[in-house]
Amino acid sequence: MIGAEIEHLIKLLARLPGYGPRSARRAALHLLKNRESLMRPMSQALTVAADVIVACPQCHNLDTSSPCSVCSNPARDGSQICVVEDISDLWAVEKTGAYRGYYHVLGGTLSALDGITPDDLSIPHLVARAGDSAVREVIVALSATIDGQTTAHYLSEALRAAGVTVTQLAHGVPIGGQIDYMDDGTLSTALKSRKAV
Amino acid sequence: MPEWQDEGIILSVRGHGETGGVVSLLTRAHGRAMGYIYGATSSRMRGVLEPGNLVSVLWQAKSSDQLGNFTPELEKSAAADVMDDPLKLTAMQSACVLADKTLPERENHPGVFEGTKALMASFATDIWAATYIYWEIGLLRELGFGLDLSKCAATGAVDNLIYVSPKSGCAVSAAAGEIYKERLLALPAFLRGAGEFGDADILEGLKLTGHFLRHRVFALSNSDLPESRLRLEEKFRG
Repeated sequence: MIGAEIEHLIKLLARLPGYGPRSARRAALHLLKNRESLMRPMSQALTVAADVIVACPQCHNLDTSSPCSVCSNPARDGSQICVVEDISDLWAVEKTGAYRGYYHVLGGTLSALDGITPDDLSIPHLVARAGDSAVREVIVALSATIDGQTTAHYLSEALRAAGVTVTQLAHGVPIGGQIDYMDDGTLSTALKSRKAV
Repeated sequence: MPEWQDEGIILSVRGHGETGGVVSLLTRAHGRAMGYIYGATSSRMRGVLEPGNLVSVLWQAKSSDQLGNFTPELEKSAAADVMDDPLKLTAMQSACVLADKTLPERENHPGVFEGTKALMASFATDIWAATYIYWEIGLLRELGFGLDLSKCAATGAVDNLIYVSPKSGCAVSAAAGEIYKERLLALPAFLRGAGEFGDADILEGLKLTGHFLRHRVFALSNSDLPESRLRLEEKFRG
């Protein structure tokens, strides 16, 4: 017999991505066995996170301050905005350390199948931001998928009036990728985007 | 255990669970077929499962009335060929969504499969836009709403056909349609056999097929044309 409180905890854990009822039971048991070293600190961390983390009104990133630490950093390059689909993509680009401009999180991509239209994304806000005289370039860092590229083309049209340069990430051979293992789509795109060495 | 091997064009992929996906395929001999793919969101599989791609697929299930599983292998990546061109990309998306939303499941339509395969191949040529219009006319015919553009619905004349009746879907000659011309749809010259066409002709073609798709097909489910189809017409409008 499982108590109602444990059952409730398992049900909540099972709603996490990658978790089903069985893995949620394992996680709940692990937390209960490590009550002081893991469960209580995690509970406190969850409470603090729920209380203080807010969405940045400028770039839609998540942070404890508003505007977020990226948007409020004056040392960053104000002439560039990197457009990403989700916050996890922002973190991925930021982790590279290769980009020092600002970001804009769209909150998804246009999707013909799911009926996601420009109004469902933060595109009007991006167009307004790009209209700022300091912005020179908008870098579209969206997935190399049909929906991602449709959104990229839409953005390039929507940003035309703002008079900024719209660029997008290159597509091609990944670092460590072997030619004979690559699909023909990636390979043909890489050939089209070849550059002089 | 029922199974079949076929060639198919990816129409749509819906995520299911953490890593799997339910894929809709337009196959040569089994019509629009659906199946589950394990690891559909994996980095190896994502490039394969882009709409428009041609795959060789094995479908297996415990019984024939189940969803079943697909094991796909990429044959031709159409998606990568059109990604740089917004018009072609929108047209390809529109074709995939139209086929996905209108064709009944497990009903064989070899004509639509061959037409879609030809459409994907046409994106490498200059006649892709006209091919797209012919593809929509073919889709309408397969769905039971074929257009008769061979002779005038009113007089039976075969010359000077420049209109289409929005009610019957039949061509109307210039003389017979003169007094109703405000209410008739334009029949672009390339659909009458003329070799040359421009963006204005393609727009007329999209308006023509769009009218019948909207009023004969999508009206049945009380919905409008898919967003990508509307966007395609908008792009040709300029």
